[in-house]
Amino acid sequence: MKPNDVILQTVTKVASFIILTFSVYLFLAGHHNPGGGFIGGLGFACAITLLFLAFDIKKVREGLPVDFTTIAFTGVFIAVATGMGSFLFGKPFLSQTFGSIDIPIIGEIEFATAVIFDTGVALAVFGTALSIIYTISEDSSIWKR
Amino acid sequence: MFNLILTLALFIFSLSVALFLYRVVKGPSAPDRIIAMDTIGINLIAMMAILSILLKTYAFFEVILLFGILSFIGTIAFSKFIERGILVEYDRDR
Repeated sequence: MKPNDVILQTVTKVASFIILTFSVYLFLAGHHNPGGGFIGGLGFACAITLLFLAFDIKKVREGLPVDFTTIAFTGVFIAVATGMGSFLFGKPFLSQTFGSIDIPIIGEIEFATAVIFDTGVALAVFGTALSIIYTISEDSSIWKR
Repeated sequence: MFNLILTLALFIFSLSVALFLYRVVKGPSAPDRIIAMDTIGINLIAMMAILSILLKTYAFFEVILLFGILSFIGTIAFSKFIERGILVEYDRDR
């Protein structure tokens, strides 16, 4: 008999968007409050894991046709390159700076180079966690084809 | 008085977590253990909420939400494992 999990799939369609929104909030809050790149990337990985559990690999890979190992590599490269970039200005490894610009309607917005480093960390954590889950939970039917 | 009530509630919650730990170790079947672990997660969320009232801080709210998400996904993974035997299928429609 074919298993029927309508409830799980319907809940997942709503809950994964809530989790994604919350992880974006955590990633952006990491500048002054609890949060940051690591837990933001882990929240993204949680949402995609929920999709993997409720649906199957084939359907998720249709909507997300990226290689998770490439994402992890790109994240590590961005993080290290941001750290090395401070050598250009004669500063120690991983030094950071920030500045602010005025936008007419919105007001003053602060930009910091730590955000770029955090993006790298988030991509690295996301790619690593998802490639671990994708590798250890492989169905045995993959080996038959 | 209010602090006394909150501290008493924390004590009762920790007693409840201890009883559920007994059920996780002893539990006769797998569903007993899974429900006990899910309820331990919910009790921890309630303890964190009481702690944030006691310490008068907003800092634990993100932790509470994140812990709820992790507990939910863990329970779903365990339930799917005891129902199907595998976690992630390659193609569901075969």
